[in-house]
Amino acid sequence: MKTQPKARTHLGIKTFLFGVLVSCATPYAVAETPAKQDLQPVSAFADIKNEVTRSQSIFVEMGKVIQHPRCVNCHPKGDSPLQGMLMQPHQPPVMRGPGGTGMPGMQCKTCHLSENVDVVAQAADIKSIPGDPAWHLAPTSMAWEGKSLSDICAQIKDKKRNGGKTLQELKHHMSKDTLVGWGWEPGEGRIPAPGSQEAFGQLYVAWVASGAHCPK
Amino acid sequence: MIKFQLNGKQTEFNGDPSTPLLWVIRDEKKLTGTKYGCGIAQCGACTVHLNGSTLRSCVTPISEVSGKEVTTIEGLLSSKVSAEATAVQRAWVAIDVPQCGYCQSGQVMSAVALLKANSNPTDQDIDNAMAGNICRCATYQRIRQGIHDAAGTLTASASSNVKGETA
Repeated sequence: MKTQPKARTHLGIKTFLFGVLVSCATPYAVAETPAKQDLQPVSAFADIKNEVTRSQSIFVEMGKVIQHPRCVNCHPKGDSPLQGMLMQPHQPPVMRGPGGTGMPGMQCKTCHLSENVDVVAQAADIKSIPGDPAWHLAPTSMAWEGKSLSDICAQIKDKKRNGGKTLQELKHHMSKDTLVGWGWEPGEGRIPAPGSQEAFGQLYVAWVASGAHCPK
Repeated sequence: MIKFQLNGKQTEFNGDPSTPLLWVIRDEKKLTGTKYGCGIAQCGACTVHLNGSTLRSCVTPISEVSGKEVTTIEGLLSSKVSAEATAVQRAWVAIDVPQCGYCQSGQVMSAVALLKANSNPTDQDIDNAMAGNICRCATYQRIRQGIHDAAGTLTASASSNVKGETA
């Protein structure tokens, strides 16, 4: 995590006043206060003898991550991302654009860099700007917002809606992809997704190995 | 030592690699056309181009631009987007787009990037591209008109060039 030097004082009162006015005019996300959740390990499901039930139970545990705002915010049903634990519309109001990377003149990378950056200003609710080299929205075929865990499970298994990947090929996305991993390292001022990417990846592998059954 | 191109010239910064690009541009390089607004990438006043794409310099550590090409408002007219920049400049002057002017260098940087990618944008295209540039004087209508006028100039120029080639 990078830290920024303190703002230099000679930027002037005009600059300060402009900042105050902008701060008053911009509807920032509400501060995130709930505590981070845990994620049960694969071993916690070992006693479930019925494989279908075990598989479904593991996916329900994975659902703590999949349905967490940190993940759903970039799997929206519309053409704009969400932000914050309350899943409010992204500010500024950006659009999906080609490849989910934003619009000409206002791309994701206009603000989102290769890693999280702590902000210089003393903003009450924005402590850092999220970052990853591949920052972008999931395609609309992979929208999770507003869907049940059962529907999301079916969606993940459907090659027509999951980017044409097998469940084995999705293992890397779930357990190694850095943009997915951002959910557990979301930067100053944000609550991470439950558990860790490693634990989530292990659950995913166990779910696939047990038949990849979806909860009802 | 961070080395990068600034307005077409090789330059370097020998300091904390987490220093925001905006600080380097204004305090080290004395290019004060780029403004500090909010410091949290919400207002767009600090917009510059990085390898031709818009970038909020207030939240960009200087380490991010190592080996890359930064263009500020001062270098726009002599950059690879000089045609778009000239058209925007003329349109801005013709209809007096700015009021207080504080946000305008950021507005121009975003407008030029839009026109480079889309030389004939619709109102919606303009709104999408300019959504991150706040103007406290609310000159949004003139900004939009200015972009349309600049697009018209670019289209006329392209048409003129085609006629010249076929004559």
